[in-house]
Amino acid sequence: MSIEIRSAPHIKAPRSVEMIMRHVVWSLMPICAFYIYQYGLSAFASLVVVTGSCLLTERWFTKTGTQSGDISDYSAVITGLLLALSLPPGFPLWMGAVAGFVAIALGKALFGGIGFNVFNPALVGRAFVQAAFPQAIATYTPSFLPGRFHEMVPSSMAVPFMQPADVLEWLKLKQLDALAGATPLAKWKFEGVLAGAEELVTSLSGHMAVGPSPALILVCGIYLAMRRFMDWRIPAAILGSAGLTAWILFAISPERFPNPFFMLFSGGLILGAVYMATDMATSPVTPKGMWVYGAFIGLMTVVIRYYSGLPEGVMYAILLGNAATPLIERITQPTPFGKSALARLGQVKRGASYPLHPGYISREDAGAVTPKKRFLPNKPKREDRES
Amino acid sequence: MKLLSYFRGEAFQRGVHPPSQKLTAQTRIRRLPYPARVTVPLSQHIGKVPHAIVKVGQEVVRGEPIARSDDWLSVPHHAPVTGVVEFVGLRPSARGPWIESIVIRAHPGATQDDLWGQPRDLSEATSGDILQMIWDTGMVGLGGAAFPTHAKLTVPKQAKVHTLVVNGCECEPYLTCDHRVMVEQADDLITGIRYGMRATGAVRAIVGIEDNKPDALLAVRAAIERAGTVPEGEIHAELVPTKYPQGSEKMLIMALFGVEIPAGGLPVALGMVVNNVGTLAALGKLLPAGRGLTERVVTITGPGVAKPGDYIVPLGTPLRFVLDYAGAPDVDAKQIILGGPMMGQAAASLDVPITKGMSGVLVMRGDEMAAQADRKTYPCIKCAECVESCPMGLNPSTLGMLAAKREYDLMGSAYHLGECFECGCCSYVCPSNIPLVQQFRVAKQILREKAIAK
Repeated sequence: MSIEIRSAPHIKAPRSVEMIMRHVVWSLMPICAFYIYQYGLSAFASLVVVTGSCLLTERWFTKTGTQSGDISDYSAVITGLLLALSLPPGFPLWMGAVAGFVAIALGKALFGGIGFNVFNPALVGRAFVQAAFPQAIATYTPSFLPGRFHEMVPSSMAVPFMQPADVLEWLKLKQLDALAGATPLAKWKFEGVLAGAEELVTSLSGHMAVGPSPALILVCGIYLAMRRFMDWRIPAAILGSAGLTAWILFAISPERFPNPFFMLFSGGLILGAVYMATDMATSPVTPKGMWVYGAFIGLMTVVIRYYSGLPEGVMYAILLGNAATPLIERITQPTPFGKSALARLGQVKRGASYPLHPGYISREDAGAVTPKKRFLPNKPKREDRES
Repeated sequence: MKLLSYFRGEAFQRGVHPPSQKLTAQTRIRRLPYPARVTVPLSQHIGKVPHAIVKVGQEVVRGEPIARSDDWLSVPHHAPVTGVVEFVGLRPSARGPWIESIVIRAHPGATQDDLWGQPRDLSEATSGDILQMIWDTGMVGLGGAAFPTHAKLTVPKQAKVHTLVVNGCECEPYLTCDHRVMVEQADDLITGIRYGMRATGAVRAIVGIEDNKPDALLAVRAAIERAGTVPEGEIHAELVPTKYPQGSEKMLIMALFGVEIPAGGLPVALGMVVNNVGTLAALGKLLPAGRGLTERVVTITGPGVAKPGDYIVPLGTPLRFVLDYAGAPDVDAKQIILGGPMMGQAAASLDVPITKGMSGVLVMRGDEMAAQADRKTYPCIKCAECVESCPMGLNPSTLGMLAAKREYDLMGSAYHLGECFECGCCSYVCPSNIPLVQQFRVAKQILREKAIAK
């Protein structure tokens, strides 16, 4: 006879890992579509190659048994799409493939696969190519170039280990030299040119070298948060803390620092706050910890952007936040029921239907003594029981 | 988004909202016929096991005591049917192991009225008398925990109880026995509440009912109206938000009074005693009649049952008989859950009897169970769903990872494992399908054994 052991609860909520990941992928689809609309064929090729590279790497590592999970859980798709969205659209495809491989191999498989990774895999991949190919990753092409659906940015098709074609030359041919490839952040940092907030939010004003539209990312993020596939606290904390810090600095010295809107909507801050920092495995599980984690990332982003040699700081800020996650969790463990200050002080919370001690029950009577064991002290005596 | 829970005005944070599936909420309680044979296990409750006081071949009448114990934390048992004792010995139990049981063959022609009980006048009874009578009924908590009721209603010497909280939440999905008892036996419930107040010395009783049962509230309020002013004190009925696990003592007191019971403490620390509506309604019926507990209301429900409903079932009725009658003749024991789906236990076989603590028999569909069993298990992705659902404010994610590493001592000392009451919210929401509650049960057991060994 076979014995089957089952343990309560016998019902399960419908939500599964695949379902969460699938919804994140779906929510990324409009962002990818807009990105392709902005940058054309090169962006499309970059998305496909980077995601494909991530999936192949994931498949290989799951097959050889070095990591848990499977490509069917969609987590590698998210990594690939986010990585591609964080790279310049004209990034040489072979470098994109390297980034995808590193993201999964070093960022995920090395730690044991889904759930075990310490750092966001997409950012590990991006950090690697930032160090390996600093020239290529700083070269942005403007959006809405004419003919972007017919030809690729020449640097995309660079032969591996060869110098990519010069994008500036190519842009000059298109008579767009005034807007040569630098992001609004780099322009502000190195040239002191400040882009307007509304241009940044929609990314719709043409010929600006920007990433995916912040407004669209926020809309997709709100969808995810509403369906509870993403924790709203983390983006709220990051944007709040980055905005607040930037606003304070702006108030102190408006000549030296840009306004907080520029801070929030330029570069990858929105994408990072909504999609990268909220990666479940690398962010704290405790609600209080999420606020601390988000606030830390927001602060670090502003510090790196304003005070370091780099124009963009979101990536390193999130990686630092990931590294701090175990520590943050340790100091922000939730307070168990009955151990809060509320319970210790005997305070009454709002919304109670009845007073704890109505007028006719004196406070002394209301049990000042609190015995822990209920049944031992006054057992009825033996003769009582025989009645 | 637990923001929503704040706006909804839910009393305690976290918790879950499983689909309520109360299929039998509008069906009247029906009586099940008597089976040919009943099996009364001697251990049906928390505490010491009583010993059989009948012999094989002895004639018993319904309501006659057949097992008793001198131990205080134990209750007697009464014959559920009139008949002859056929066997005293080991029989399979719901948990799996075979335990001491008394098998009684029912006389086909005998009346099944309770002829043993002697109606009595309780108007002069003292608190001690009532507790003794409750003990003699063999009453245990009918909500599922099966803790002896006389022990629960006994107030320790140093403490004083002012409030009797009556738990009519029934937050488990599917189960409706308490709901129907409140609707149909509200007068018995009020009588029982009055005895409970006299036994504990409480001067106020509050019935907490989840707001998905407004008809129960109306019925109880009408019964309070009918009872008029009672010498014991005041009785109220109140709606509390529907949320699992609202029916836990601590959560109910939080909802009604807005206070947290200090960790490690009992409601009596705040001058309260909590009791289930089913228990008190049964007491209200049994005490004046001088009878023992021989039957209870059981919800027989689930997608696998043709005639779901709440049935009055003689204790000891075999599961197979109950299911035949309720229209689930060829089910597999695998599909059966005794109790509610969140905290109930899987049935070991169909030959186990209905016991005092069994509030429901849930029959799932085989294919659904198989689909659930096939669900893949992932490593913890730290989605924090469990942290957001744990009503006790624990961190099941970290606890689960520690359990996998067998760090039981750390779980107990730094992560408050002892506060877990195994409600199942964390396992219910886990997208990675990690059996968190099961791991915690093992860890708690190991910690208990370690504590004893010390």
